[in-house]
Amino acid sequence: MNTVIFRTIAPMIVATVLVFSLYICLRGHNEPGGGFIGGLIAASAIAILGMATSAAKARRALHIDPLAIAGFGVLMAALSGLLSIFNGNPFLTSIWLYLDIGGSTVPLSTPLIFDLGVYCVVFGTIASIALALEGDDTEEL
Amino acid sequence: MPNIDASIALVAIAPFVAAALAPLLHRFTKPWTGWILALVPAAIFVFLLGLIEPVLATGAISARIGWVPAYGLDLSFYVDGLSLTFALTISGIGALIVVYSGAYLAGHPHLGRFLAFLLAFMGAMLGLVLADNMLALFMFWELTAVTSFLLIGFDAVRAAARRGAIQALVITNIGGMALLAGVILVQQLTGEWELSGLSALEGGLQSHGLYGLVLAFFLVAAFTKSAQFPLHFWLPNAMEAPTPVSAFLHSATMVQAGVYLLARTTPWLGDTVAWTTILVGFGSVTLIWGALGALKQTDLKQMLAQSTIASLGLLVLLIGLGTETAIAGMVIYFVAHALYKAGLFMVVGAIDHEAGTRDINALGGLAGKMPVTFAAAAFAGLGMFGLPPTIAFFAKEEMYLYLLSPDWQALAVLAVLIAGNALLAAVGALVVLKPFLGPATATPKSAHEAPLGLLAGPVILGIAGVVAALWLDGFGMIVLEPAATAILGEPFESHLTWLLNFANPVIWLSVFTWLLAALVYRRASQLRTLLRRFDTALGWTADTKFDAVMFGLIRFAGAVTRLLHHGRLEVYLVTVFSMLALALVVPLFGLGAIGALWPTAELGNWGAKLAWPDMQLHEWGVILLALAGLGAVVAAPNRLYSILAVGIQGTAVALIFLIFGAPDLAFTQLMVEILSVVILALVMTRLNLDERDHRPFEDWARDGTLALVCGAGVSLLLMVVLSGTLDTRLSDFFIATSVPIAHGANIVNVILVDYRGFDTLGEISVLMAAGTAILVLVRSSRKGRLLSPSTPPPAPVRGWVSLASAEPVPSKREVPAAKAGPVKAAKAARPKPAATAKAAKAGPAKAPKPTATRRKRTTP
Repeated sequence: MNTVIFRTIAPMIVATVLVFSLYICLRGHNEPGGGFIGGLIAASAIAILGMATSAAKARRALHIDPLAIAGFGVLMAALSGLLSIFNGNPFLTSIWLYLDIGGSTVPLSTPLIFDLGVYCVVFGTIASIALALEGDDTEEL
Repeated sequence: MPNIDASIALVAIAPFVAAALAPLLHRFTKPWTGWILALVPAAIFVFLLGLIEPVLATGAISARIGWVPAYGLDLSFYVDGLSLTFALTISGIGALIVVYSGAYLAGHPHLGRFLAFLLAFMGAMLGLVLADNMLALFMFWELTAVTSFLLIGFDAVRAAARRGAIQALVITNIGGMALLAGVILVQQLTGEWELSGLSALEGGLQSHGLYGLVLAFFLVAAFTKSAQFPLHFWLPNAMEAPTPVSAFLHSATMVQAGVYLLARTTPWLGDTVAWTTILVGFGSVTLIWGALGALKQTDLKQMLAQSTIASLGLLVLLIGLGTETAIAGMVIYFVAHALYKAGLFMVVGAIDHEAGTRDINALGGLAGKMPVTFAAAAFAGLGMFGLPPTIAFFAKEEMYLYLLSPDWQALAVLAVLIAGNALLAAVGALVVLKPFLGPATATPKSAHEAPLGLLAGPVILGIAGVVAALWLDGFGMIVLEPAATAILGEPFESHLTWLLNFANPVIWLSVFTWLLAALVYRRASQLRTLLRRFDTALGWTADTKFDAVMFGLIRFAGAVTRLLHHGRLEVYLVTVFSMLALALVVPLFGLGAIGALWPTAELGNWGAKLAWPDMQLHEWGVILLALAGLGAVVAAPNRLYSILAVGIQGTAVALIFLIFGAPDLAFTQLMVEILSVVILALVMTRLNLDERDHRPFEDWARDGTLALVCGAGVSLLLMVVLSGTLDTRLSDFFIATSVPIAHGANIVNVILVDYRGFDTLGEISVLMAAGTAILVLVRSSRKGRLLSPSTPPPAPVRGWVSLASAEPVPSKREVPAAKAGPVKAAKAARPKPAATAKAAKAGPAKAPKPTATRRKRTTP
């Protein structure tokens, strides 16, 4: 596993896959994709990084504990649902906002925030499991 | 009067508010906390006094606040003579108890907390007797159980206090559950949540077919709370509480809740053969048993506790008799008992506080040193003895009235009453006279007069008992008549009078009772020895049986837990997949769903069903790939290959999804397959397993059969589902509305984040929880590995204690693998993931496995 080739190429793969995962997540509302798949792809990227370098290094590269990302995801998803309270609708009713930026229309919505929350949860959970399993015995979790 | 609504609710709520503030108040007003907080119950008492007039005028006042309007539930209160008598007793004695507590526990660091518990308890008790809605009654009933648990276990550092508290909670909560069941049953039968409505019910419940069941529920509730034999044993153990608690709980409150319930339900449950027989029977046994139990004791507090059991039996007996005079006797006795028993408990507390002991044999001649205490004790003692200047005398008179008839049952009850009263009177005399009269004995502390806070209570209560008797007409009109009317459900007229008629045999029965009591008093020591000998001969008590039952319960729970939670992954998986197989096979074959697959007349024969499918070459390729993966899983020589083969098979499934137009599903499936292979492989390297999966034939056959049954079941189920017509209403709706309503073209994603967003929120929460759990497992397994094998696992402990150290037992298959000596095992102490092969060769040795041997495919 720890060949020079793999170690050299891995960061590039990881960067590409992470960007791709975001793309998949964001386009999800109209094309195949979504937060769940995006999160899985991103988690596999982190798993690759962990294999190529080490779990500790992958953790450092993330800066934030993956489980904390997952927790933040749940919070984000729940809060996105609460926004509808302000216009008097039940929990999780979607709100849409179309922004005209430079000639094209960018739709923003609470389901998008919700989906990003799902992305964070899936990514954080799977990444933390993978990193925990990849990690060294002596490493503090 | 509209403002009465709010104020009646305030009576039940104010004590809780005061309770919440008590600890804070105590911080600032240390020596005066008791006096200040007593203002709350005192104010309630005065307010309730003000209700006497409207209650006398109208019979009852009710008040209600909307509670759950959707279900027609109101938090309703109802004040009639019975409620008012109880509420006045509770708040009046409560005020004195709060003052007493402040003095008794002066300087105690947790006095504030104690008073908070006490006030909360009082609030619960007031709510209980004032509640009209039966669910509210149940709620307050349980609140008294919880707060009394806190009070009894107040001195929580002592094991005996903890045990007493738990015992009281367990026993009274059995009754609480019965009460809830009874309340719901009654509501289902009559449609009434309100007690006042039930009392007005035409004909009551007595003739209903389920009367027996309702009666049983309510009697269990009342008997557990009011400590009737054979559930009486929690009451003496509750004496572990500080004395003010005993004085309050066992005079007018906690234990009287059951009596109150019985009195309250009399109009619609009472006056049947079953009611009379059970109540009189249990009441009699409890009366005699408690009175004898009191004679057995030498501890003053225990004597009073046992005599309380007897008094409760007496009250239950009188309610059971249900005649006019019996109910009148019950009402008077309740008041009299509350007054003298609370007073005596407080006196005993004062003696304990000042002299340092409660043992009747170690006390004597205190009258000179504590004259005021003695005076208070004498007042209360007169009540317990039932002598004329106190109200208790009239209770006894009423009890005996009309029982002197040729009817043998009445005579038997009369005999029990005389014996019980005589024994109780003797106990009262012992408690009051022994410590104060006779030669002075040396006590642990040099006794002196108790402070004002300790004396106020007993003196006032003692005087109240006499005043009530001297102002007999007023007592009869204000207390007796309304209360007895409420219980009997028909107007009752008091006939209490001071004009003693010596021609009436009843007065001679009283005299006979006193003579008998005097005899018992003189022979108390011999009787005590005799009773104790009897106890020793018997060898067991309900108390020890309770311990045995509780211990049995814990052992049973331990056994069930060990049976279900044995820690062997192998068995867990077999269980899970067996259940899956059952869930698949039972509906298919048991319920005949498989019939959908049989050939029908239109299709003619099997040939039409088994036609060779028309498929493209690439589709055949995918099927072949899936089959190859499947074959590889079974045939793979070692575990790692199997895992990879599972991945191949899963990829083929993802391809099938892709071909048949479910790109989202295919996408997800592919990612899941990749990650499961990675994670499974990682898990494999973490477990010190043999590279190959050796297993005995029977395991192989068992797992293989299970796999075949599950696979065949899923396949058949899918075929059955496909053979039916698909209801497309839902998917049509989603297709039609996805873009206009939810602004998204990908229906799968729109459903996930918009239509069923709440579901998804739940799912991601579960996902995170599962991730956290896995992390904890990995961490604990790591700790286990760092410790072993230099420290051998602890020997399994028999009995339920071993639950705490539930270390999974290594499965039998590992035993032959452990040939490697301890030297090699030590080398494998810290196997790195890369060195798994080596570690596996060295053998897992005696390292305790956090997870069992094999892992089947788990979906992340």
